[in-house]
Amino acid sequence: MKILVAIKQVPERDAQIRVGADGRSIDENDAAWTINEPDAYALEEALQLKEREGVGEVVVVCAGPERAASTLREALAKGADRAIHIVTEDEGAESLSARDTLGVAALLADAAKGESPDLILTGLQSDDLGAGQTGVVLAELLGMPHATLIMHVERTATGLKVKRELEDGWFQHVEMPLPALLTIQSGGNRLRYATLMGIKKAKSKETRTVDAGAATAAVAEIVKVYPPERVKRTEMLTGSADEIAAKIVEKLKFEVKVL
Amino acid sequence: MSGVLVVLEQKSGSWNRMSFEALAAGQKLAADLGVACSAAVVGAAESIASLAQELADKKLETVWAVGHPLLARYTADGWCGALQQLIAEAKPQYVVLPHTYQVRDFAPALATRLKQVLISDVTAIHDGPIFVRQWMQGKLNADYRHSSEGVCFVSVQAGTFRADAVEAGSAEVKSFAPQLDAAQIRTTPGEPFREAAQTVDLTAAPVIVSVGRGIGEQDNLAIVEELAQALGAELAASRPICDNGWLPMERQVGSSGQTVAPKLYLAVGISGAIQHLVGMKGAKTIIAINKDPDAPIFEIADIGVVGDLFEIVPALTKAIKQ
Repeated sequence: MKILVAIKQVPERDAQIRVGADGRSIDENDAAWTINEPDAYALEEALQLKEREGVGEVVVVCAGPERAASTLREALAKGADRAIHIVTEDEGAESLSARDTLGVAALLADAAKGESPDLILTGLQSDDLGAGQTGVVLAELLGMPHATLIMHVERTATGLKVKRELEDGWFQHVEMPLPALLTIQSGGNRLRYATLMGIKKAKSKETRTVDAGAATAAVAEIVKVYPPERVKRTEMLTGSADEIAAKIVEKLKFEVKVL
Repeated sequence: MSGVLVVLEQKSGSWNRMSFEALAAGQKLAADLGVACSAAVVGAAESIASLAQELADKKLETVWAVGHPLLARYTADGWCGALQQLIAEAKPQYVVLPHTYQVRDFAPALATRLKQVLISDVTAIHDGPIFVRQWMQGKLNADYRHSSEGVCFVSVQAGTFRADAVEAGSAEVKSFAPQLDAAQIRTTPGEPFREAAQTVDLTAAPVIVSVGRGIGEQDNLAIVEELAQALGAELAASRPICDNGWLPMERQVGSSGQTVAPKLYLAVGISGAIQHLVGMKGAKTIIAINKDPDAPIFEIADIGVVGDLFEIVPALTKAIKQ
């Protein structure tokens, strides 16, 4: 089975985030970058599927500027066989952030068409923009059936049987033919680390670069980005650890009344 | 094209509780724009008839009962096919949906069919209309505008609009029978199920100590367990802790876990992604300890401590025991 995994490079979770100079983006200057965590789960599911079957190929694809190459290298070091980098401009009208979900999914769809994969996996959403749509839009553009929030994937005689997460602790199984697209929920697997051997092997693996085409006008246009206002007045406690602890105990006794 | 169409969600003849939050959002958007608001409910005709009737006393132009035997169970293909036809018939300018797991599954595909993009998980709607979304797990807000002639799809975040703000009035209930063919529906859904019976009922706990990613590694959990013990609290966690297998899934609070409203919720090393906040923001008092002053958990905390949990948590445990 040939599995295509669409991954995104996002700012690191603990990174200090500032608004970009244009007021409509994230300031990339002092950001550190990593693989979008839900996409890491998608990659893990793909690698385990291939390992279970003993045959097949895992191809990772990422749209983004030059810096995204490091995230693809990491995926190769974890065990992906090949990589495709759809290179976008760093900034401006042709950058990744100037394209809306439909624009980004169209880039991925073009790359996917050339590969004719049996299965496409991606994370259920990105940690930066959180729209949670790229996978579903990609499936629609490619005319494939899809299922979202998938915890487990099983091959059947006719296609796939997947375990889909519903709200409030419920699940359901969904069956579908191949080719298909799944968006992967975290927690179905444990993530692996790249081994030294994996990092070494990655150096000889192929990364194909393709230029992203011109961006089409975004349907959903970003007007302004800004830090949220504090809605609720939070009483911030300061001091040494012992002083803070004493203040909290005071509140637990006399205000919250749980002690 | 004019007006607002709200797509409500039901399962086996019961409303999803977020449906009426979306309805309130749709009514407000329609009022701001000076246009009519309508609603749609999708399913097998016999199971949605009474639900549609329940909406007859709301301030709506039309209630569309979108019924077909192939809609008895949710599938993305069935819902996309039915709603695409309803949109062609009702010609709304805006389609408003609750941002549920089901909506996340079909609405992006439906929008794509109409060459649109769903503006998802919206937390506010301002004049314009401008739709506010969260970036970076709530660290930033982003204002979006729909800049196309076509229909604008918007899904609203849980808890953003109040279900009790739905305006009463009267509505005409109409049946709409879409043309669907079994061959169009490519996926076969199974019955919903739960994993082994839950043995931990966090919803009954008056005091909860909850731990997140900030704890770093499994061995560090002991300090939080000791704090929970000293407080007589149940121990809970955000999703990443359960994903890692450090605590069982049944201790997870959030959209995919339990929804709690204790007297005290003490969040340790939890940044406060929306998926977690929806599960605990009903707590009477929220205390948050986090090293990141910009963590969204401080948006909703009553009492906040910016600092090193590895110093503060043991100090707090000691102080409680004294």
